[in-house]
Amino acid sequence: MFDILKELIFSSGAVSLTGGNLVMWLVAFVLFYLAIKKQYEPLLLLPIAFGILVVNLPLTFLMEPEHGLIWFFYHYGIEFDIIPPLIFLGLGAMIDFGPLIANPKTLLLGAGAQAGLYVTFFAAILFGFDLQEAGSIAIIGGADGPTTIYLTSKLAPHLLGATAVSAYAYMALVPIIQPPMMKLLTTEHERKIVMTKLRPVSRLQKVCFPIVTAMTIMLVVPPAAPLISMLMLGNLFKESGVVERLTNASANELMNIVTIFLGLSIGATMTATTFLNPKVLFIFFLGLFAFVVSTGAGLLMAKLMNLFLKDKINPLIGAAGVSAVPMAARCVHKVGSEANRRNYLLMHAMGPNVAGVIGTVVAAAILLKNLG
Amino acid sequence: MPELVAPIAGNVWKILVSVGDKVELDDELVILEALKMETPIYCDDAGTVTEIKVKEGDAVNEDDVLIVID
Repeated sequence: MFDILKELIFSSGAVSLTGGNLVMWLVAFVLFYLAIKKQYEPLLLLPIAFGILVVNLPLTFLMEPEHGLIWFFYHYGIEFDIIPPLIFLGLGAMIDFGPLIANPKTLLLGAGAQAGLYVTFFAAILFGFDLQEAGSIAIIGGADGPTTIYLTSKLAPHLLGATAVSAYAYMALVPIIQPPMMKLLTTEHERKIVMTKLRPVSRLQKVCFPIVTAMTIMLVVPPAAPLISMLMLGNLFKESGVVERLTNASANELMNIVTIFLGLSIGATMTATTFLNPKVLFIFFLGLFAFVVSTGAGLLMAKLMNLFLKDKINPLIGAAGVSAVPMAARCVHKVGSEANRRNYLLMHAMGPNVAGVIGTVVAAAILLKNLG
Repeated sequence: MPELVAPIAGNVWKILVSVGDKVELDDELVILEALKMETPIYCDDAGTVTEIKVKEGDAVNEDDVLIVID
């Protein structure tokens, strides 16, 4: 009787628990709180938090290679690079590139904001990260979750949990991180600038945009192909107007399904041994740095453009050049309307915002080409 | 007759006035919802609301007339 009891106790997970596991439970519960109570990116943080929790219950072997349930999701979904491009398919089906087509010069803002990536890349190397790790950390500044996951899974898979969580966390924190930077780098007068109305964009232009963009970017930076092709396919579905079922499937059902596997798999990479590492703290710090520098670079780019433009742009929209669609555009709109309540910058900010998505993918492809 | 037009496309979230109300410059008349964000639309001219052209929940395009003020 005693022997059976003893065996039961020693085969239970409880005795194999480590202090690290307990710390990771705490991390999971903090994320549960942020997702459920604060509603910070709950669609991702909730499955991520659950993934963290279950992978830190010993002897469950959920991430055991070739055996564990979540390992299969991770292996076929993320290591095989299936899920991030599918998320991009859904994003493409939701994004309206109209404001970018109406005002193509905002593409420069989407590109300018990527400067933060390169600054962070070198900063990370100074902190002692290797080139691949530095690339994965720098991409956090692009503020694009799927791209961050895609690049990290290729360059530095051991950092996946940390880079993904910091990318999504900072995206949720856009309304807190960006406004101080915006106010620091622009004057009250500049924030009050009301922009001229966007010209209407024809259906033909909207249909041609994904086709032309896909061809151009893939010819110039072929490694961007998996993400950009799916993004533009989704957008073509939407703008063609003839395959509503495919548009909806991409933007809703498929997107929701892969989000479950993405979140769970990412969370499950965060075992105590991989995550509780002083490097991870640096990743969060450098990720924030990347985000702030990217915001600043976008703002300064906009001010630079104003030196040459007759119709001044409101430099705030430069801050939307980090992807984080549509959080960054909303934030620009809000700060702009605080300066001038009749300032409606939302659609103007969507131009650089969607350009930022393209910019981040291109930046990731360049990093991948040179470091992969 | 002055008209209040939608400065951005979105859905009408709330209409804060009714026909016959006297309104002042800078009064909040309508709240539009675009990209899951509420955007208040302010009155450009003082006067009396004579017609409300939209109802809550309507989708509006940029430049659509929301309210007519006399």
